[in-house]
Amino acid sequence: MKSLRAYALAYLAFLYLPVLFLPLFSFNNSRFIAFPFTGFTTRWYSALFADDAMLHALGNSLEVGAVTALLSTLLGLLAAKAVTQYRLRGTGALLGFVSLPLFIPDIVLGIALLLLLGAIGFPLSLAGVALGHASLCVPFALTVLIARFEGFDRNLEEASADLGEGAWMTFWRVTFPLVLPGIAASLLLTFITSFDEFLLAYFLSGTEATLPVYIWGQLRFPDRLPMVLALGALILVASVALVVLAEWARNLGVAPGKKSIGA
Amino acid sequence: MAEGGNRAGYLLLAPTLAVMALALAAPLGLLALYSLTATTGPVLEGGATYSQYADVLGRAGYRALFWRSLGISALVTAVTVALAYPMAYFVAFQAGRWKFAWLIALTIPFWTSYLLRVFAWKIILGYGGVINSALLSLHLVSQPVGALLYNPFSVVVTLTHAWAAFAILPIYVSLEKIDRALLEAATDLGDGPVRRFLRITLPLSMPGVIGAAILIFVPTTGDYVTPTLVGGPQGSMIANVIAMQFERIGNWPLGAALALASMAAVGVTAALFVAAARAATQAIK
Repeated sequence: MKSLRAYALAYLAFLYLPVLFLPLFSFNNSRFIAFPFTGFTTRWYSALFADDAMLHALGNSLEVGAVTALLSTLLGLLAAKAVTQYRLRGTGALLGFVSLPLFIPDIVLGIALLLLLGAIGFPLSLAGVALGHASLCVPFALTVLIARFEGFDRNLEEASADLGEGAWMTFWRVTFPLVLPGIAASLLLTFITSFDEFLLAYFLSGTEATLPVYIWGQLRFPDRLPMVLALGALILVASVALVVLAEWARNLGVAPGKKSIGA
Repeated sequence: MAEGGNRAGYLLLAPTLAVMALALAAPLGLLALYSLTATTGPVLEGGATYSQYADVLGRAGYRALFWRSLGISALVTAVTVALAYPMAYFVAFQAGRWKFAWLIALTIPFWTSYLLRVFAWKIILGYGGVINSALLSLHLVSQPVGALLYNPFSVVVTLTHAWAAFAILPIYVSLEKIDRALLEAATDLGDGPVRRFLRITLPLSMPGVIGAAILIFVPTTGDYVTPTLVGGPQGSMIANVIAMQFERIGNWPLGAALALASMAAVGVTAALFVAAARAATQAIK
């Protein structure tokens, strides 16, 4: 049907146009984000890389993202193995509990964590942000890794055990390589989630801004906008590269007909 | 599996449960505790009181705020799902060998910074923004149109754009799972395309529709960024008022009560919706 195809293309335009304004106006030689264009410039990009506060916030975000990705993927890995390979009582309730962050608005989680850190006297810091991000990301990691564990043949592990490998060596030599694409996908997905998360970081980061918190601060100053758009354009390019990597990793070793996409 | 094996299973779960207890259960418990405290401010002392809840439920201003937030989110959810369904249908049934390329193309815009995706709409809809400056330079209007930004409309448009992927993907997955033989059978038995869609495709894709609706409704009700950037006074939502209690106003117990009440409102609305949607699916079948 032609009309459905036309609709799909129009919908695609609706999704892309607002996002494409970011790179478009980041090259416009004017402080004002408006038509008509006044000329091509890369000065917003030079200004961006000369901005120490931005570079510092970027460093913070990379750090929090890395810690979050490692922590939530490790936790997801252990839990996914437990859930898929043992018949444990109460697994359903446990999975429900762990998935709870998906059903709670971020604002609620953010202030609840703010209260907790205050109550135990833990200073607002990037560590608190990473803890909050881990609770958001464990459900994602778990979903990706459970799918991966369910996809492989348990007989391989049993064969390894029958051939005399211990539990530890079986894990490293059989399980781990089989689950590796899932681990890579989980690391990338949780990293990107943390890297883009604003609200928890806004409440929990204290004086150390992450990149979204830094961007939020800049949005109030019209003079800084073109620079923020340049930053947005760079984030778009980097995220797309990471996502393509993640999809590639997720589909490694999956039969060609079974390709899938999404979290 | 042996008992010892099960113990190993529980040991594997323990670290995840410990972290989630610390990062999820403890904060929510504390939130409930704060919502019942008699003193305002960050110090937890004084007796228990229900006065915050009396405030939340009793004040007309808060009731209006809750209804507006739920209303905006419900509208966003309905519009986003309705717009995404034909898109997902196209990818699942008509994209042919371009299916994977379409899926990638549809997800790419969602990997920009969420803040900037929302902010883009402020640039587009603003008084001196993209639409207005384009209209002016084309001489279609003599002065900028002010009604585009800072109202519930701009919040709905922005959220509909920002959450589209969360509707497209679940609906696509449920459409993709439909056994094509069922569709052929319906045609062979004399169903036209419309009747076939209503009796087979739509009911079988309802799990995706319900999943998409929940995935969008829950976070948009509590969204802070969008109403703050493009909402203006008429478009402010629950999250703005909750955040205010923890920032300028400094009434932490009231903020905690508002947060828990909004969580409950979202939960009850979502549960009612799921029940209604399931009943409706049964009815069409």
